[in-house]
Amino acid sequence: MEFIRKNLDKIRKPFNKGEKYERFAPAINAFDTFLFVPNHTTKSGSHIRDAVDLKRTMVTVIIALLPALFYGIYNTGYQYFIQTNLEFTFFDAMLHGSKKIFPMIAVSYAVGLFIEFIFAIYRGHEVNEGYLVTGLLIPMIMPVDIPLWMVAVSVAFAVLIAKEAFGGTGMNILNPALTARAFAFFAYPTYMSGNKVWVSEASSLDGISGETILGYLAAGNNINYTFTEMFNGSIPGSIAETSTLWIIVGAIILIFTGVASWRIIVGGILGASLVGILFNLWGINTLMQFNWINHLVVGGFAFGIVFMATDPVSASQTQTGKWIYGFLVGVFCILIRVFNPAYPEGVMLAILLMNVFAPTIDHYVIERNIKKRQRRWESSKIKLI
Amino acid sequence: MSVDIKIRKGFNLNLNGEANKILSESELSNTYALKPTDFFFLKPKLLVREGDKVKKGTPLFFSKDNPRIHFVSPVSGEILAISRGEKRKVLEVVISSDNNNDSVKFKTTNFKNFSADEIKEILLKSGTWPFILQRPYGIIAHPEDKPKAIYISAYSTLPLDVDFDFILKNKKDNFQLGLSMLSRLTENLYLTVDSNFNSFFKNIKDATLLKVKGPHPAGNVGVQIHNHKPISPGEKVWTVKPEDVSNIGSLFKTGEFCSDRTVAVVGPTVKNPQYFTSTIGSSISSILKKINIDKSKKCRLINGDVYSGKTTDINGHLSYSNNLLTIIPEGKDYRMFGWLPFKDNFIPSMSKTSFSKFLSKKKMEVSTNLNGEERAIVVTGEMEKVFPMDIYPMQLVKACLNEDIERMEALGIYEVVPEDFGLIDFSSSSKIEAQEIIKKGIELIINEES
Repeated sequence: MEFIRKNLDKIRKPFNKGEKYERFAPAINAFDTFLFVPNHTTKSGSHIRDAVDLKRTMVTVIIALLPALFYGIYNTGYQYFIQTNLEFTFFDAMLHGSKKIFPMIAVSYAVGLFIEFIFAIYRGHEVNEGYLVTGLLIPMIMPVDIPLWMVAVSVAFAVLIAKEAFGGTGMNILNPALTARAFAFFAYPTYMSGNKVWVSEASSLDGISGETILGYLAAGNNINYTFTEMFNGSIPGSIAETSTLWIIVGAIILIFTGVASWRIIVGGILGASLVGILFNLWGINTLMQFNWINHLVVGGFAFGIVFMATDPVSASQTQTGKWIYGFLVGVFCILIRVFNPAYPEGVMLAILLMNVFAPTIDHYVIERNIKKRQRRWESSKIKLI
Repeated sequence: MSVDIKIRKGFNLNLNGEANKILSESELSNTYALKPTDFFFLKPKLLVREGDKVKKGTPLFFSKDNPRIHFVSPVSGEILAISRGEKRKVLEVVISSDNNNDSVKFKTTNFKNFSADEIKEILLKSGTWPFILQRPYGIIAHPEDKPKAIYISAYSTLPLDVDFDFILKNKKDNFQLGLSMLSRLTENLYLTVDSNFNSFFKNIKDATLLKVKGPHPAGNVGVQIHNHKPISPGEKVWTVKPEDVSNIGSLFKTGEFCSDRTVAVVGPTVKNPQYFTSTIGSSISSILKKINIDKSKKCRLINGDVYSGKTTDINGHLSYSNNLLTIIPEGKDYRMFGWLPFKDNFIPSMSKTSFSKFLSKKKMEVSTNLNGEERAIVVTGEMEKVFPMDIYPMQLVKACLNEDIERMEALGIYEVVPEDFGLIDFSSSSKIEAQEIIKKGIELIINEES
């Protein structure tokens, strides 16, 4: 360890304060602090600090994402091989999926971190860890066959417009990863919806097609998947959103470590269930008849409510607000699914919509606290008189 | 047992190095210092020059905002130095002691018949007044006010905090007398104690006992006030520290300013943590003479507790009102991949990304390392977990950052002081310095008001 530290100190010398490349310090700091928690000590405020920092928080989210990611890699291969009727093993499926997905992750990180580094140097602050999560989320919610350049453009759009334009990490209104997906969805619709994008190489091979379950339902067809298949995730869909099982594993990690708000997740499930049940009772089309429990496991709802809606920056920031926000994400997700056949998946738009309204929810929650205090003040004034 | 104030949110940090219940006299200090910076928002006007002879109780400076408030010498001797900082701000008035204990005397013989105004007059003249702080803002109380209540917190929840029962053991009479005198200044005098208390506080007269239960910051007097009877604009509540109540009592009994200060020297690197009887402003070196410290680590000396104390060094002097002198190792070292969850559990953490809560305090290795770097506020809800007030702490911190006075008022800045945000400083994953931000916010409001 000391050997690495010594060499690192040597490498970073020209970047230190007062040296030649001081301006580029955020870039070298990002690598340095990735290897070592720095030796900074407290100057003012509390003399001792908790072991937790933003890096640890973000890394916990990444760990929680890994089960869903690995299943997504496997499912990419699985969907390809069963459609082409080739014999395959687990490793073949993983290999096929890896070849598809790792380049997407690499492109996402390269483009996103490059922009983040430039802004960090330009603004003179350190590189924030938030992009480590965003950069992994973006490929995980894309269709597998999307061209890499589209990933790159979506990432650039998301980081520049959704995040940096608002002032960088902690200031953004919209979830950057979902903004990337929404951008791709509206800019390149043929690559983002239909029945040729969800199974790898479906567009180049005749005879392969894989519509998502929500796509089937929106077209008025019935589906022939069992609940177990839908729950386990061996169905076509965006890369990592299909397996509710592995998403639940991620959710347990996030809730156990306290990194994600369980209020949002529970609120979302309640909202989606309630609307799902109401539609079941109404039941005038296939989507409405679709069992409400199935609504929770198909499409991106589970992934969205666990990993995207819980983004602390774009969600509601008050504890009460989180309940309302989560609940409404669930409600709007099912509403959009059922009422808008042009968008068979509603969770992306539901979360983005609620991102916009989260500050309003917080405003009313805080306003209530302020009013309560003012009432107390008024009554104490009366007493004084 | 009934509990009057029950606090649920918060966190008790168990550290090694709590003071043993041993009380010895500290070595006599050669120099003493009075620091205007120990008082929030005090603008001092000096009354002495270097070389002046002073008695114990001779005023050294007074408050420009209220010239009746005097700050007096804790010992007799000669003014050795007046050290100044930027813009000639007075940092320290250093007195070299002559060990004679000559003191200024006041007539307090018939104190039993004193009216509130007479009590205030003696407290002001004798230099005892600065022991009384006011809410809002945590500044020295205005003698012209009649406070809604006076609170004295004898419930300690800070890491390695002192046991007030032990400190006051030999000062019961003075403490009781102090309470009786203070009770004439207000209709509501409250003494807050641990809900499981079993001490002489039981037999206290003239004050209402409030039993408090809960983790830190339940011991913070501001948290207690908020959860008991929160203050509104225009209302004033005063607070006094337990040992200062006894000092007030002593003043009326003897007619002399009482500068007693019991200090506990604590911390994981202290081999014999214990209590010392000492004097306000004593030199740190005199207090540490009988203390053995593990010298293998570079340490930081803190005047006060680990959350809100001020850094000092061996040449420094004791702050005005703290009973704690905490010593913790400096943390100037690197930790490889220290950001991995559940790594380095020996670092105290209240986050669930660490097992540190399950370790015994002996295994804890506390240091001054920041354990990360400052970042934008990202994680929400973590401040609320350690802030047992009906106030939105993050929104208040942001309002202070924006210098938005109206919003700060609406969100309840009247009810907080920086120390209430100590645990937020500690637990913040973005390493923000909420105490500094709140302090600047309060300064802004006081400036605006005056």
